[in-house]
Amino acid sequence: MDKRRKAAEVVAELENGMTIGIGGWGARRKPMALVREILRSPLEDLTLVSYGGPDVGLLCAAGKVRKLVFGFVSLDLIPLDPHFRAARQRGDIEVMEVDEGMLQWGLRAAMYRLPFLPIRAGLACDVERLNPELRTVDSPYDDGERLLAMPALKLDAALVHADQADERGNAQVLGPDPYFDELFCGAAERRYLSCERVVESSEMLEAGCVHSMHLHRALVDAVVEAPYGAHPTSCVPAYGIDLEHLKVYAGAKDEGSWQAYRKNFVDVDDAAYLEAVGGSGRIDSIAAPVF
Amino acid sequence: MSEQQAYSLAELCIVAAAEAWRNDGEIIASGMGLIPRLGAGLAMLTFNPDLMMTDSESLLLAEPAPVGPRGDYELKVEGWMPFFRVFDTLWSGRRHAMTSPTQIDRFGHCNISFIGDAARPKVQLLGVRGIPGNTINHACSYFVPNHGPRVFVERVDMASGVGYYDTRWQPGVNRDFMDLRRVITNLAVIDFEGPNHCMRLRSLHPGVSVEEVEKLTPFRLARDAEVAQTPIPTAGQLQIISERLDPHNLRAGVFKN
Repeated sequence: MDKRRKAAEVVAELENGMTIGIGGWGARRKPMALVREILRSPLEDLTLVSYGGPDVGLLCAAGKVRKLVFGFVSLDLIPLDPHFRAARQRGDIEVMEVDEGMLQWGLRAAMYRLPFLPIRAGLACDVERLNPELRTVDSPYDDGERLLAMPALKLDAALVHADQADERGNAQVLGPDPYFDELFCGAAERRYLSCERVVESSEMLEAGCVHSMHLHRALVDAVVEAPYGAHPTSCVPAYGIDLEHLKVYAGAKDEGSWQAYRKNFVDVDDAAYLEAVGGSGRIDSIAAPVF
Repeated sequence: MSEQQAYSLAELCIVAAAEAWRNDGEIIASGMGLIPRLGAGLAMLTFNPDLMMTDSESLLLAEPAPVGPRGDYELKVEGWMPFFRVFDTLWSGRRHAMTSPTQIDRFGHCNISFIGDAARPKVQLLGVRGIPGNTINHACSYFVPNHGPRVFVERVDMASGVGYYDTRWQPGVNRDFMDLRRVITNLAVIDFEGPNHCMRLRSLHPGVSVEEVEKLTPFRLARDAEVAQTPIPTAGQLQIISERLDPHNLRAGVFKN
């Protein structure tokens, strides 16, 4: 089955009020082309589940977010995201703030069709107090240990970005960390993958060993070819985090500068975006970040 | 007797941080932020070579990477530690992390999440990150570069991590893996060996008095009648710090004044 689609077609399948999981981690391998497509759409009232980076900040700044399920929001090279902070400090969004490990555990429970998975993280701190919907469960074995029952985080849709994929949705990540993209897809009803290039399956094995084939096609409903589709986040080894652009993004705090940012970098087509951020040569030259 | 070396406060704190990992063996030392990271590296290069370390991303390194621009230096990669394996490792207890809290109370509950009210924080910070899981699963220490009443508080606005306040623990929850070790500050080293695991003044940095620390700590720190002095860096330690761990002297920017 040929699953190739345009970003706008994918986003047109999303609906107001949906719970959407976004793969990647912080400022790393985020499906930003798909996120910008959501910004251009009339979608609203979304619940996001994310290891948050500029995906969360952009969607907050555009007023798309009702609720956020998160452990952190960070631009990595800039510790805090000002747009997410502003939304929180205005009281605009509801949050379910959980430990990073709880988040992937909830996705895993959803993928396995379990109601919850037991975990210690989150107990005996304010994660419990501030999320009264969380329940505990007592071990039925002799130890009797009380554990937190991390509920399944079921997603209506997942958005992830990879280096390469074939038209059936087998996908390859050439960077050093798959993050939790497989779980985001596993937890979701509809799974949308953007990638730098759509290639023949055999080409992927020329680019990297079989261990880099992190998503198989039963986890992917649509494949969107989106070169530089993770920018300004990284998609190493192809390109690193665009710190210069993130500074522009983070600096667009007041209404005027946010509208200017939107006009230059959001309300434009892919070609104009690429030109506005300095062109492919510039992005190709951005080195992988050193942490 | 070795000749006394000139050292900076940053270097003293790096050595004090390294001490936190002295007896840890073959576990991952995660030093978050410059001083903790240099401390972990110093421990690994000196008294605890069994420690494991990452490149702060997803590679395990056989020796700590220098901080800042690496020039010709090539990472000594010895393994793979993507985030999913970080959780595997920390949930199995094979890790000791040192982070910097925005607030911390006398029983070690720390806050990196927000200041103010949960629904509409006055200041939104990072979020709890992995602190709830870290603190309930493995050894944790802290670095506080600005010892004072903004960081040390009677009650944190949000307890991002667990600590030794009994009332925060439901019956049946396993406390056995909680292991808060040290708080390294610009004035002193604190541990949790006071009554009921409250904070105890473990050592004072050279030139710092008990009174000075007490004045800047809004709760009572337990202490012995005589408080030791924080060990000062040796010539060998200073050489490793300046030549191998921090060749660009980034540590000079940690403490203003």
